[in-house]
Amino acid sequence: MAGILCVIEQRDGTIRRASLQALSQAARLTAPTGAAVTAVLVGHGVSGLAPSLGGYGASRVLVADELRFARYTPEAYAAAIQAAAALVVPQAVFMSATTVGRDLAGRLAARLGVDCLADVVKVWLEEDAVVAVRPVYSGKALATVDGGSSSPVVVTLRPNVFAVEPIAAAGTVEPLSVPEVAVRAVVREVVAKESGELDVAEADIVVSGGRGMKAPENLALVRDLAHAMGAAVGASRAIVDAGWIDHAYQVGQTGKVVSPTLYLACGISGAIQHLAGMSSSKIIVAINKDPEAPIFKAADYGIVGDALQVLPALTAEVKRLKAEG
Amino acid sequence: MRSCVLLACVPDTASVIKLGAAGNRIDEAGIKWVISPYDEFALEEAVRIKEAGSGHVTVISYGPDRVQATLRDGLARGADAAVQVTGGETTFGNALAIARVLAAAIRKLGGFDLVWAGVKGVGSDNSLVGAMVAELCDLPHVSGVLKAEFGGGKVVAHREVDGGMEVIEAPLPCVLTAQKGLNEPRYPSLKGIMASKKAAIQTMSVADLGLDEAALAGAGCRWRSLALPPAKGGGMILNGETDPAAAARELARLLREQAKVI
Ligand SMILES: Cc1cc2nc3c(=O)[nH]c(=O)nc-3n(C[C@H](O)[C@H](O)[C@H](O)COP(=O)(O)OP(=O)(O)OC[C@H]3O[C@@H](n4cnc5c(N)ncnc54)[C@H](O)[C@@H]3O)c2cc1C
Ligand SMILES: Nc1ncnc2c1ncn2[C@@H]1O[C@H](COP(=O)(O)O)[C@@H](O)[C@H]1O
Repeated sequence: MAGILCVIEQRDGTIRRASLQALSQAARLTAPTGAAVTAVLVGHGVSGLAPSLGGYGASRVLVADELRFARYTPEAYAAAIQAAAALVVPQAVFMSATTVGRDLAGRLAARLGVDCLADVVKVWLEEDAVVAVRPVYSGKALATVDGGSSSPVVVTLRPNVFAVEPIAAAGTVEPLSVPEVAVRAVVREVVAKESGELDVAEADIVVSGGRGMKAPENLALVRDLAHAMGAAVGASRAIVDAGWIDHAYQVGQTGKVVSPTLYLACGISGAIQHLAGMSSSKIIVAINKDPEAPIFKAADYGIVGDALQVLPALTAEVKRLKAEG
Repeated sequence: MRSCVLLACVPDTASVIKLGAAGNRIDEAGIKWVISPYDEFALEEAVRIKEAGSGHVTVISYGPDRVQATLRDGLARGADAAVQVTGGETTFGNALAIARVLAAAIRKLGGFDLVWAGVKGVGSDNSLVGAMVAELCDLPHVSGVLKAEFGGGKVVAHREVDGGMEVIEAPLPCVLTAQKGLNEPRYPSLKGIMASKKAAIQTMSVADLGLDEAALAGAGCRWRSLALPPAKGGGMILNGETDPAAAARELARLLREQAKVI
């Protein structure tokens, strides 16, 4: 019974939570049949992370720990995953739909001569098929798709949609040997963002500001609330285009697609292109002074009011509740 | 620099999506078809590179005859030549098949230093075709490019990654996929629009490329069915106009006690 190969992404010596979500989902899907889940970890100086993966359902962990994998490059990493797939012959290759996962998936799938089900929010196994539900048309529709005769099917799982589930188990760890490959696109340098900021695409809570915040300096109110909640900051395109904040923070059709547990939209009208990026959030909160703003149609909770007055009060209340424990 | 730009023809982002009769496609009645937004950035960059030096820009689109309007739009925005690969009804949404067809067209046309695509085709929302084409043409790729500089047969490209910005160097020919922020696309000029109406569009079929569309369709993903997301509504909306602080406190309470998210 072919199992699932799960690609584990790490950054700065820490396994990314989104990868554990994918691994846990692989473990849940294979539990009824007992099919194997194999994790593959690629990097440099990452071997120490491998044993922990058994605790999320990997019965076997393949590790490619070499200097040439110190930085992610699609060519080298695709070769490593290909080597792992050749050993395991899985029914599916899972990875998280992070920036790296989405970049890697296309190259890997083409190299294996198979298709990819991208950015899925549900996935299950049938006898001869890997089936998934994925938002299409920017979330305006949900497609149920299968991988056709692709074998294995590459699947990227949307971050924050699948639960992490630690289990009492251990996996065996083995080194993975990867043939030499030409890496033509090489990373010359990485310019880090201001430290301490959470990435909006991966955060569990996102607080976003829009044109209703009135002026760039008022974004401090959004940041304060984000800090109090342990959240990442997001933005509408209107304020990105106005130069208040960098495009890296933009949520929506031409920005990041986010799926946090809690999304707060402050002074954002809820244009269809913004909704495209956040409508799969679990709980949506809108703060807008216009009761007719379309964002309220997507909201689970909302306040009709002036964000400039509501946000400081909300921040204070959140701090108070957190202090209470 | 000889570039080709892969243009996907997609529903305008403001379109209301309704389900079609087939059950696994949208209802196309009333849909306005446009160049996928990220492909506009790709095209603009290719045209700017040509204008800054010399070169030639070919736009390629694989799909039914509505892609001719997409290609003419590309010509109006500065492309020199346009190629339609006809077909694509059965391979819709199937990134592997689309990439195989486009890679074959790129090889057949030949001689490109740069292949541009969008980082994501809106609609399919796959973000796959660019990297797949690169692999199938045995080229390096950089996805999500925000800035690109050329010289000495190489490209130095900047891309945003989780947590920072990567600077990547790759030899040409190379596949680059465009991210928002790369440039500000121009509107087509009236003169460009007039000229594009008369321009010739080269067509080729999937069979001309030595491929079989039915076989391609079977090898990749299939859309079994399409559904609309469950309508939300009935959210709890508080009045914060008279007493914003009280509304804020109530919201925090609901988020903690009812939604259990903070
Ligand atoms: C191809 C394309 C792609 C796009 N991609 C994106 C994308 O990725 N992301 C995105 O966000 N947009 C995108 N857009 C733009 C989108 O259509 C909207 O223009 C944009 O989302 C509007 O941003 P906004 O809600 O901040 O501003 P506005 O629409 O101007 O809304 C401001 C809101 O603030 C409210 N307000 C005003 N004052 C206050 C106050 N004091 N307190 C509380 N509320 C207040 C107003 O009632 C209003 O609802 C795209 C558009 C196109 C055509
Ligand atoms: N049918 C097509 N014809 C030409 N280019 C396409 C087609 N489909 C996708 N592309 C290109 O591939 C990119 C990524 O598409 P996707 O993988 O579908 O998200 C698009 O932005 C286009 O540049």
